[in-house]
Amino acid sequence: MSIAARFRVDYAGFALDVDLDLPGSGVTALFGRSGCGKTTLLRCMAGLERGAGRLAVNGETWQDAGTFVPTHRRPLGYVFQDARLFAHLDVARNLDFGARRSGSAGAVRRDAVVELLGLGPLLDRLPARLSGGEQQRVAIARALLAGPRLLLMDEPLASLDHARKQEFLPWLERVRDELEIPVIYVSHAPDEVARLADHLVVMDAGRVVAQGPLAETLARVDLPIKLGEDAGAVFAATVAERDAEWHLARVEFPGGELWVRDNGTPVGRVVRVRILARDVSIANSRHEDSSILNVLPATVLAHAAEDHPSQVLVQLRVGENLLLGRLTRRSAQRLDLAPGREVWVQIKAVALVG
Amino acid sequence: MIESANFAADLAAIWLTVKLAAVTTLLLLLIGTPIAWWLARTRSAWKGPVGAVVALPIVLPPTVLGFYLLLLMGPEGVVGKLTTAAGMGLLPFSFSGLVVASVIYSMPFVVQPLQNAFEAIGDGPLEAAATLRASPLDAFFSVALPLAKPGFLTATILGFAHTVGEFGVVLMIGGNIPDKTRVVSVLIYDHVEAMEYGRAHWLAGGMVAFSFVVLLALYWLNPTGRRRT
Amino acid sequence: MLRLFGLLRTRIVRPLLLALLCVTALARADEVQVAVAANFAAPAKQIAQDFERASGHKAVLSLGGTGKFYAQIRNGAPFEVLLAADDETPQRLEAEGAAVAGSRYTYAIGRLVLWSARAGYVDAQGEVLRRGGFRHLALANPRVAPYGQAAMETLTALGLTDPLQAKLVQAENIAQAWQFVASGNAELGFVALSQVAKDGRIAEGSAWIVPARLHAPLRQDAVLLARGKGKPAAEAWLRHLRSDAARATIRAYGYEF
Repeated sequence: MSIAARFRVDYAGFALDVDLDLPGSGVTALFGRSGCGKTTLLRCMAGLERGAGRLAVNGETWQDAGTFVPTHRRPLGYVFQDARLFAHLDVARNLDFGARRSGSAGAVRRDAVVELLGLGPLLDRLPARLSGGEQQRVAIARALLAGPRLLLMDEPLASLDHARKQEFLPWLERVRDELEIPVIYVSHAPDEVARLADHLVVMDAGRVVAQGPLAETLARVDLPIKLGEDAGAVFAATVAERDAEWHLARVEFPGGELWVRDNGTPVGRVVRVRILARDVSIANSRHEDSSILNVLPATVLAHAAEDHPSQVLVQLRVGENLLLGRLTRRSAQRLDLAPGREVWVQIKAVALVG
Repeated sequence: MIESANFAADLAAIWLTVKLAAVTTLLLLLIGTPIAWWLARTRSAWKGPVGAVVALPIVLPPTVLGFYLLLLMGPEGVVGKLTTAAGMGLLPFSFSGLVVASVIYSMPFVVQPLQNAFEAIGDGPLEAAATLRASPLDAFFSVALPLAKPGFLTATILGFAHTVGEFGVVLMIGGNIPDKTRVVSVLIYDHVEAMEYGRAHWLAGGMVAFSFVVLLALYWLNPTGRRRT
Repeated sequence: MLRLFGLLRTRIVRPLLLALLCVTALARADEVQVAVAANFAAPAKQIAQDFERASGHKAVLSLGGTGKFYAQIRNGAPFEVLLAADDETPQRLEAEGAAVAGSRYTYAIGRLVLWSARAGYVDAQGEVLRRGGFRHLALANPRVAPYGQAAMETLTALGLTDPLQAKLVQAENIAQAWQFVASGNAELGFVALSQVAKDGRIAEGSAWIVPARLHAPLRQDAVLLARGKGKPAAEAWLRHLRSDAARATIRAYGYEF
């Protein structure tokens, strides 16, 4: 089960050249700055752009030398940045558009999708009377109802403001968790990637510069694109305890535990934890006299210079997980943070991202 | 006062004009839609030349058009030889001839609003339709046509009105035959030439009122500053 | 399309108006503006050349239908002399005060001819009208054109109005009637002899010169218009039109006096 995509595109002033072997399930994020070619790659996969190359999705060849399955014969779903609902059709008819044309191939039931994305009250509205977030929810439902075997999403949150985005993300997580359709998700926002992706492909100037499982890839200190303030690690943890007095929850991961703000997640649920490099500081001994709640033993694995000459990014192992910490070069030298050194990490903030 | 025989002749001309405009508009919507679609979507180098040919009647004097049509559709002309070979006879002095001429003459007034409407739709909805299993033809009928509805309304009104207003071409190839080629604009000209200004007035005034209503309808359909997509 | 209209308005109409203004400003004082009936176009051009040579004045000819000229003259058109296709219009203008009283005279009597662009198609007796076998018979609109009226009178005199009714195609003026026939779209038609005669004979195709008894005479009158009153060039033109030289030219085109 995998998606093999190899494309070459040559436009004036822009070239795309990628050769990818992606997992056939879960969410793969295509991540990179604007103009790095991630949308072009996605459009090539959909057949909307005709690049030279090859595409096979879970054993089915969609494009190869001499083969080009046109977009409308590819069992895919595509969610555009700008929803692209049909202005002349109400929500219900928008939803039925793809469903009717894919016949019974769509394994996804309409009422289940309507329920999943909370579209019940919107069914008889015209797109012009929907908010941006509502439009994107309809767009996703419409794509799902066409019975896709691959869901392509091109920055579906890009046109939403912060509040709408927060409102919308949980819907997207439900789609990811409840449907077993591989998703390729284009984004330039690290927080979306941290929250949604299982697998990460980092692109720059039309090429793939890094790829791998999300946790490993995000925690690399040698990523060719510097994430700056957004650099950080993501890993899975299980809610083990909820403290009613302090409104804190304890989450466990192999080889460690963290106290986080209790957001109501029940005990036993697996959550995703994101720790930004700027919120991690390093000490040679364990300090009990600070305000910091989460202090964990760690091993220095590597470090790398940051864009600003005063900063370094340090990769650490905590239990079985990777963590990134950012500190000044001067501190790093004073603490003598050579690979292999045992240290304590102090974590100022932990975010549960889903 | 207008005598009843004259009145009947005027009414016959009005009815013929309406019939000509209706048939022409219908044909133009059928012929013009694919042309407008092609012009709106193509990246071919032929887009410029074809667009220019379609737009020619906007700038050409109708007499030029009428003159060439008369020659082309005549017994020595290419079209004339074709229609004769096809057993249709010659087109000048016939209602079919007027329809053919009107289709050419009013072509840009139908094609251009349609082309604008199709261009305004852009690639977006059509790509979305393709990702939802709609073939290009399916997407054209289920997405592009409904979205271009305001353009179709404009094209219909302009095509009809422009055909009603046609004069020079009809003059050149019509032959002023009652119930066949004597349309209102030619009849007005005749009334003026014959110095029957009373009869000219009621027809000419009617044309002014008709044109005003048409343009008013267009303003209502396409208010400035609002774009339909 | 609105863009195109805008372009037309600014790029084309404005320069045209400018050009028009310039032309008007340059008009010479010793010019005469003559409105000429369409059937008289060919001889008028030739006479105008002679006139220029003989008098030093210049005749500026406008060709068209007499009915349209009437409407234009009544509404301020700058014509100084009218060479009409009939005698009624000059009379009417005179009665209405738009023409100078007493200046009117018949400059030519036209001859109607049944003509076909095809050689041998029309016989010398016009029997072709009775034989039929043609699809279209062209004539000028009898309501507005004297030659059209004469053509209808001819058909009536021959008793052919009813059988031929369905084949009649009407042109707005005699020039267009000629065009219908010349292009072959109408097999034959009634036109002015002046249009098809050159040096006293039919130049092309075949024709039947309709006997004068079959229709009222096609008396064509010239008149000095109010705007031409007292203008030497206009008066000179009217004099020249009656000169022997001019009459020879007129006769060569098949007109009589």
